[in-house]
Amino acid sequence: MTYSFSLTVNGATRAVEIEDPRVTLLDLLRERLALTGTKKGCDRGQCGACTVLVDGRRVNACLILAVTLDGAEIETIEGVADGNRPHPVQEAFIAHDGFQCGFCTPGQIMSAIGLLREGETGEDRERIREGMSGNLCRCAAYAGITEAVAAAQRALAAGDRRRA
Amino acid sequence: MNLFEYIRPASLDEAVAAGSEPGAAYLAAGTNLLDLMKTGAARPARLVDVTRLPGLDRIELLADGGARIGAMVRNAELARDRGFARSYPAVAEALLSGASPQIRNAATLGGNLMQRTRCAYFFDPASNCGRRDPGAGCDARAGLNHAHAILGWSDACLATHPSDLCVALVALDASLEIVGPAGRRVIPLEELHRLPGDAPSRETALEAGELIVALRLPPEAAAVRAHSRYLKLRERTSFAFALVSAAAGLEIADGRIRRARLALGGVAAKPWRARAAEEALEGALAGPLAFAEAAALALADARPSGDNAYKIELARRLVLRALERAAAGTPERIPALPASVLADTGATAHA
Ligand SMILES: Cc1cc2nc3c(=O)[nH]c(=O)nc-3n(C[C@H](O)[C@H](O)[C@H](O)COP(=O)(O)OP(=O)(O)OC[C@H]3O[C@@H](n4cnc5c(N)ncnc54)[C@H](O)[C@@H]3O)c2cc1C
Ligand code: SF4
Ligand code: FES
Ligand code: FES
Repeated sequence: MTYSFSLTVNGATRAVEIEDPRVTLLDLLRERLALTGTKKGCDRGQCGACTVLVDGRRVNACLILAVTLDGAEIETIEGVADGNRPHPVQEAFIAHDGFQCGFCTPGQIMSAIGLLREGETGEDRERIREGMSGNLCRCAAYAGITEAVAAAQRALAAGDRRRA
Repeated sequence: MNLFEYIRPASLDEAVAAGSEPGAAYLAAGTNLLDLMKTGAARPARLVDVTRLPGLDRIELLADGGARIGAMVRNAELARDRGFARSYPAVAEALLSGASPQIRNAATLGGNLMQRTRCAYFFDPASNCGRRDPGAGCDARAGLNHAHAILGWSDACLATHPSDLCVALVALDASLEIVGPAGRRVIPLEELHRLPGDAPSRETALEAGELIVALRLPPEAAAVRAHSRYLKLRERTSFAFALVSAAAGLEIADGRIRRARLALGGVAAKPWRARAAEEALEGALAGPLAFAEAAALALADARPSGDNAYKIELARRLVLRALERAAAGTPERIPALPASVLADTGATAHA
């Protein structure tokens, strides 16, 4: 049986045909749509490396079947920059050393964008840490990540509302 | 993962018809079911996607003071609903202490209630597990069981039910609306999960094809809202399942407890309502004596099922704290670390 559906990825509509319903959103992005920015860590919902936004909410792409997403809007790390201008959260991660090896970083950034949209932490470091607890970092860049999210929050509050 | 057929029914009737076929499983967000399919512990022949069924995604605060919540409401959405969180703060705190923000954004109410145990042997098809395969025995008996049950377990199975949400809901006398091949019925949530006895694979009271469509909270559940807490002890500060947890709700007038609600999590194959403790609390002065007696009563029947005698004392102390914190009053805002015992002591959770 063939499953046909369409979804929007970073603003572009993509028609998808798959023979096998076992394909997760993560594998669809990486293996079929050549969007390898989204990473596979655990593949079990435990690390957050695969975080993307589905209909505006941050979720783990490894635990969603692609076939369930007919009509959904997906945002991945490839879509957050404004041309050559990085997203404010990306800029904040660079400014505050929010990464070392970089493997968890796309997931951290997508999670941070989701967290800022949820709008519940402000610059409260403890709330930011808890709000980012679904993203593990093997390099333990947590201190930088927390400061980066707080800085991005500050930038947004100061009016840098570009696409966040 | 085994190959399966995927279908997305348009109506409740179609869903129940498809879900009643042998080998069928309902698929909500999939955060538990897909996980189990990846290890091979679950092998459904057909997935019936119920996330788009009409009318199951509403949060209704009823005129009589109760609430009705559709089974497809996402965990994060329910926790964030201001009106809901005001009436049932311990439920919101329990929700926010579960899993991660990403998982809570996806996970549904129905899926959370119906999630399976986290016993490692249950997840691993190479292990013997009578909950997964009837009659297969139980590798946890002589294996890693430090997090297993201390109440209601049997020689056949020592697993615990992992949901945080269920604990707060059982304390508040929630009930479930269920639709199945034989029609619609309502059962107390407390009767959903079964103790293992000698048939651990019969995990819930649902019959084949039955679908949870909504959760109801009675008007009395809001009576304890001024004194409600959910506390959870885990092996790390956040994003971990409960070793033990407790939901406590008190209605206090002139220093006396008029109404008490208490349930424990992480201790049994079902969320554990502590009725004897509630009875001891009702009518007593809200204070250390009554709380200590209630905590002792809540664990009176507990016994270790393996390397977990420590959980009995841990749970007793946690119940005591949950009652103390509840008596001190529901916090204005859910703490930065929901359900953490570190949250409102001034201690820094992250060094
Ligand atoms: C890494 C990780 C950490 C987690 N930590 C926690 C935690 O700390 N606390 C906690 O409480 N939970 C935790 N969870 C579990 C999580 O809450 C559940 O996976 C989630 O709630 C399941 O909801 P779902 O919609 O994804 O269900 P699904 O995975 O789609 O379904 C789960 C089960 O319920 C059945 N089902 C679904 N909906 C219905 C319905 N309406 N009627 C009848 N049957 C139905 C399905 O057939 C399936 O068997 C964690 C999960 C992960 C992966
Ligand atoms: S404790 Fe229960 S779930 Fe775990 S291996 Fe034994 S029978 Fe299976
Ligand atoms: S790869 Fe999805 S959470 Fe780890
Ligand atoms: S930067 Fe290396 S895993 Fe996070």
